[in-house]
Amino acid sequence: MSIAYAPAKTLRLLRFDRVQRAAHWANATLFFILIFTAIPLYFGSFFGIVLPRHLIEQIHLWTGLSLALPVIISLVGPWGKAMRQDIRRINYWTHDETRWITTFGTSKLEADKFNPGQKLNGIFVGASILVMLVTGSMLQWFRLFSVSLRSGATFVHDIFAWAIFIVVFGHIVMALSHREALRSIFRGWVSESWAKRHAGRWLKEEQLGEERLNQQPSR
Amino acid sequence: MPSKSPEADSEKPLKRINVGRRVFLGVSVLGALGVAFGNSAQNILGNAFGSGLGGLLPGGDRFRIYSITGRYPKISRQRYRLIVSGLVDRPTTLTMDDLEAMPKTSFTKTFQCVTGWRVPGVQWEGVKLADILKHVGVQPGAAAVSFDSYDRADTESLTLDQARLSDVIVAYSMLGAPVTTEHGGPVRLYVAPMFGYKSLKWLSGIRVVDQVEPGFWEQNGYPTNGWLDGTTGPTNPNPGLT
Repeated sequence: MSIAYAPAKTLRLLRFDRVQRAAHWANATLFFILIFTAIPLYFGSFFGIVLPRHLIEQIHLWTGLSLALPVIISLVGPWGKAMRQDIRRINYWTHDETRWITTFGTSKLEADKFNPGQKLNGIFVGASILVMLVTGSMLQWFRLFSVSLRSGATFVHDIFAWAIFIVVFGHIVMALSHREALRSIFRGWVSESWAKRHAGRWLKEEQLGEERLNQQPSR
Repeated sequence: MPSKSPEADSEKPLKRINVGRRVFLGVSVLGALGVAFGNSAQNILGNAFGSGLGGLLPGGDRFRIYSITGRYPKISRQRYRLIVSGLVDRPTTLTMDDLEAMPKTSFTKTFQCVTGWRVPGVQWEGVKLADILKHVGVQPGAAAVSFDSYDRADTESLTLDQARLSDVIVAYSMLGAPVTTEHGGPVRLYVAPMFGYKSLKWLSGIRVVDQVEPGFWEQNGYPTNGWLDGTTGPTNPNPGLT
């Protein structure tokens, strides 16, 4: 279904469809706006001047409130099939994958479409969106909460901000050092040889799926 | 999906665990625990390491610098003037030297912002507002004190009784050094028993008036009596909170 011959006769596999690519870049844009507006808000005393703090706050607030939208929109609806499939892939782990994490990537593994590190990154970012949305809302509408809860929300929002910054930074470093994987978030596909090296199990599944399709002439 | 997944080639069917749900829930629970107990955890850490190290830790005790205008008014020590006026016997303009010549009060308190962040163990030094009021002589009929800022935007107000509390000061030293520009220097108000927004920065004027005039933040919906314990009335039987 997603295998086709490229002119150069390398077999191509669709890794991210249009919806996923759009969701990724929308999400990335929102995260970047959030990080760049967070810096002067967090290190206000650092710069000596405050800039139009109120404006930066408003940008941060509205960007934050819309952070979950790309994920939600790309998941619901008939266009979200590939996204939903990948979410299932990310959620369900084999024993080998769990062991790959607990042995810090040294155990033998025929990787799925995403390796366990990528899966963990995806799950963490997903959960962080929820945590940041909840704690950020508590800070914005703080009058509804006790002072102790406001302090707790500040604490969590700060710690998670640091964690997200580190994870996003790591994500970019990994992407820049894996060029073919990086290209697939622009053009969608990866080569068969890449899949053989980095996502063997996925490649087999795709090939089996293709055979099954070929065995069904009724379609 | 797992039932359909073509794992037949690996001899035995692969058992799959929903790790995603576990990690997602785990991270969410951590966040919730942090909201519930982060305050006490920070207090313990703050007490163990002091606000110096706490300020370096992510999420630790650090000031967030707010400014209404987006600017810091810069006033040198030499040019600083505090104008005391209104229903007083002797309207006065005080210089830094005048303030420093008055009886000094110092104490250490937790600075608590209404939005949730706090900085424990902040040292303050200055003159009790009560002493300044005594110095200028409050006239009969006075009921409140209004404050103006060099930023020309912020205003604040206290009842006369609140203004005379012993931990309400006109501060010229904070964190063991002259109050910096970003913290409202050279001279700011510090109202210890109330949330940070009551502690007006870049104090330029003190006016004794006949009734409370809600200040900038009060006009934006914050309680006029911003007691730290949530008391909303003008008097608090137990203002010693920090």
